Amino acid sequence: MAKKPLHFRLNGAEKAVFVDEGQNLLDVLRRGVGDLTPKYGCGQGACGTCTVLVDGEPHLSCLTLAEAVEGRRITTTGGLAQGNQLHPLQTAFMENFAAQCGYCTPGMLMAAKALLDRNPSPTRQEVVEAISGNICRCTGYEPIINAILEAAKSRGARQYG
Amino acid sequence: MPVEDVYVDTADSDTGPHCMGSFASRGTHRVGNAVIQAAQEARAVMLEAAAEELEVDPADLVTDGKGNIHVKGAPSRSITTAEACGAAQFKQGRTVSGRGIFLIPLSEVDPDTGEMTPVSCFAHAALIVDIDVDDETGELVVVQMNSAYELGRALNPRLVEQQLVGGAWMGMSHAAWETTEPYYPDRGHGPLDFNQYLMPGPGDIAPHDIAVLERPAPDGPFGGKGPGEMCANPVLPAVANAVFNAVGVRIDELPITPEKILRGIRANGGARPQAGR
Repeated sequence: MAKKPLHFRLNGAEKAVFVDEGQNLLDVLRRGVGDLTPKYGCGQGACGTCTVLVDGEPHLSCLTLAEAVEGRRITTTGGLAQGNQLHPLQTAFMENFAAQCGYCTPGMLMAAKALLDRNPSPTRQEVVEAISGNICRCTGYEPIINAILEAAKSRGARQYG
Repeated sequence: MPVEDVYVDTADSDTGPHCMGSFASRGTHRVGNAVIQAAQEARAVMLEAAAEELEVDPADLVTDGKGNIHVKGAPSRSITTAEACGAAQFKQGRTVSGRGIFLIPLSEVDPDTGEMTPVSCFAHAALIVDIDVDDETGELVVVQMNSAYELGRALNPRLVEQQLVGGAWMGMSHAAWETTEPYYPDRGHGPLDFNQYLMPGPGDIAPHDIAVLERPAPDGPFGGKGPGEMCANPVLPAVANAVFNAVGVRIDELPITPEKILRGIRANGGARPQAGR
């Protein structure tokens, strides 16, 4: 099967890679361009840990055809921190003990970023809805919900990236 | 040394010494004691190295908890832990390391009384759950949890809280959602993925107030036992009892699904709320 060239922006950097027809975005991110921050969970869009932002909108990268992101802007957890400066969401996740085994964390962070980008002051119910497509097996969700609400609150004091 | 200088490495179980594993709610108890033993062995080598550098007897050395080793009563005759370890490695040819294992002898059964000590470090819990049961659909909703735990000393209180909150979720999941045989004992009806293997989502959780009672265990590492499985276990009987209290249905097979609740209500000829206590 012939490979196809694909261009996109990953966390602000131009990427060019050859992809197989039908290859999914998660596979291209992890194996094609070496961004290991989005995780492979169920491979069928049920767990949410592979969530990335495509032009700011959350997408399940395991179900996204790589060819569909030609010329588009991809954001992953790898693009959250600026150098040594953690993103407010990452800081809030740390301070609220919102990660335990950590496998759901990249997907949770991206779902939360998409929410806060379009709704800077969400209610608890809006946070719950935003992460309802992401499965967590360890934390019982409560610390994650608290972390997202706290990150939203801290946005007033700090510039939210 | 300061705790900021402690780095916890996740070793490869293929190449490390044999460990029986973390189970039976005793990871903190057994591993913690083994770590203390290993640290004591490493510390003894470090003090020997420091003693050689300072030309004193190792028994005369004390540490200040801030990365310094000095002669008892003479703080000026000192060496840092880093210097002592450097000297051990590069001058003296010693390895500053330690090994540890913690084994509790098998407890024999007393032939007369049947008495034995099968465990030494279980946590204890009491948990109260408030639920609503819909007697038309059989659905149950957790409204509030209140719990108290006795788990020795809470070695890291924030991690203990995290474990108890997350464990209660897992207990709820086992009580009312998760099963590999949802309807009939036929593998063909088993769930194949997360669309069929159900778990509570972020919208299904309830407020949970936790009280941790710290009663240091005599043989625990710094008195710690760890929550272990007790973080999840008490939720299951509490939910089963709450369902009985709400609609008078005794369910003795997990998970407590709406179908089982409805069948129970029908068998009883209607919901029979039990008296409050």
